[in-house]
Amino acid sequence: MIDVKKIREDFPMLNGKTMHGKTLIYLDNGATTLKPQKVIDSVCDYLTNYSGNAHRGDYDLSHEVDSKYEHVRDIVANFINCKKEEVVYTYGSSDSLNLVAFGYGMTHLHEGDEVLLTLAEHASNTLPWFEVAKETGCIIKYIDLEDQGKVTLDNVKKAITDQTKIISIAQITNVLGQIAPIKEICEYAHQKGIIVVVDGAQSVPHMPIDVQNLDLDFLAFSAHKLCGPTGVGVLYGKYELLEEMRPTRFGGDSNARYKSNGIVKLKNAPTKFETGTANIEGVIGMGAAIEYIQSIGMQNIHEYEQELRRYAINKMKELDNIELYNPDASGPIAFNIKGVFSQDAASLFNTYGIAVRAGQHCAKILGEYLNVSQTLRVSFYFYNTYQEIDAFIDVCKRGDDFLDAFFG
Amino acid sequence: MPSLDNMMLRQIIMDHYENPRNHELVNDNEYQTINMDSETCIDNIDVQAKIKNGKIEDIRFDGEACAICTASTSIMTELLIGKTIDEAREIIKNYNNMIYEKDYDPDVLEEAIAFMNTHKQANRIKCATLGWMGITKLIDESEKK
Repeated sequence: MIDVKKIREDFPMLNGKTMHGKTLIYLDNGATTLKPQKVIDSVCDYLTNYSGNAHRGDYDLSHEVDSKYEHVRDIVANFINCKKEEVVYTYGSSDSLNLVAFGYGMTHLHEGDEVLLTLAEHASNTLPWFEVAKETGCIIKYIDLEDQGKVTLDNVKKAITDQTKIISIAQITNVLGQIAPIKEICEYAHQKGIIVVVDGAQSVPHMPIDVQNLDLDFLAFSAHKLCGPTGVGVLYGKYELLEEMRPTRFGGDSNARYKSNGIVKLKNAPTKFETGTANIEGVIGMGAAIEYIQSIGMQNIHEYEQELRRYAINKMKELDNIELYNPDASGPIAFNIKGVFSQDAASLFNTYGIAVRAGQHCAKILGEYLNVSQTLRVSFYFYNTYQEIDAFIDVCKRGDDFLDAFFG
Repeated sequence: MPSLDNMMLRQIIMDHYENPRNHELVNDNEYQTINMDSETCIDNIDVQAKIKNGKIEDIRFDGEACAICTASTSIMTELLIGKTIDEAREIIKNYNNMIYEKDYDPDVLEEAIAFMNTHKQANRIKCATLGWMGITKLIDESEKK
């Protein structure tokens, strides 16, 4: 079990931060997460004590940066159980998914090929594929969702045709929060020679992930959703796929040598994708964040968050004025206060210092499935408490007073 | 507990939210239409105006919007219909001054003073001004012609 009280001491934002004059209750962890002191210190340490460039210069300082920057690749490799050369540093999940779509999809898809998505995907796992479809003539199709947005192997099988080349889905979707059976999907897809791309933005921070066990082909995730800095993330890819994948940006650091006649020899993966000076302090902070959540234990985090979720769902089910869209999922809770526009409700929560998200949550085609154009969303992390959920439930009960927010 | 004044202001907002005025678009070439789609939230409304000889003869609106956006736009239509462009600009100026905490004349704003607290919820400023920005753009366009 995890000691939440002790964990909360690690987070400056959980010790004194107020919103609207009330102690902050942060329930928007699907958007981003709070940062523990260790992560803040690691970033400050780089900026204060060894802020040189990586992969440059023949002096001790540069070597120091290099070794710490490259060490984070080991940390990531250990975290998701891959080889360090399979870890590409990116600017976040969106950047990672764009890299797969444009670096791999664009070079491997042809007219009439099919890419499978779901209607519950985040814009970052939808719009890059739309662009690739425009250029290559490939076709975007959708896997049917079961009740409450569930992805099942059966529906994946039904959606696959002889033209299917890529399946790109979230392991946990960012609104309906269902866990997709990635291992089973990969096993079936690989028999048909289909590549499986997994958006791990909402899963990697919340549960143990073993890319070899799942046998997925690409995995994207962001540091800032697992207590790290913004603007940095990872694309994991099986090494042979990374070798086949074309960089989408070119310039410094990613080339080995080039001549004026246009002949360029790129470095090997992963460096060939990492053009330009990286977000070095971000990478360092990401390493500290991963070590931090690993010290708590990913299975512990997962179990505690599931308990928190069940606790919240049971309390919400007791309220007549709450419409729940995914009581049986495992990630974020999507809901509405009956008769209250989500934006108005979010303002009411704000008045009580509670951060919840309202709207379409970057999943703008989800409305086509849910038949409701906008929802409220709460998403927990391991530092949230039962008491915070109680405070949240109290505000749910006050839904009718949503204009209080305006006069509070 | 909300004060008595606040109770009145709340009732104004609820009234216009539940029964928005001039809340249906018309299919008429004499009207100019503008779509006001908030980039930061879900509010997405169309505003229409019939402006002739320097006078606002009619304003209509419709769309999907929160209570603050719906009520503030509804009140705006009632306030500005029948006004000259100069009068309308004066009211709009006072409304924006109120929203952004500058000096304003509450008398010209009538029911729109219900939004005097908007600055306390900074994330709602966009909601309370979307329809007002729409009519401002329509007036600007009408003057270009």
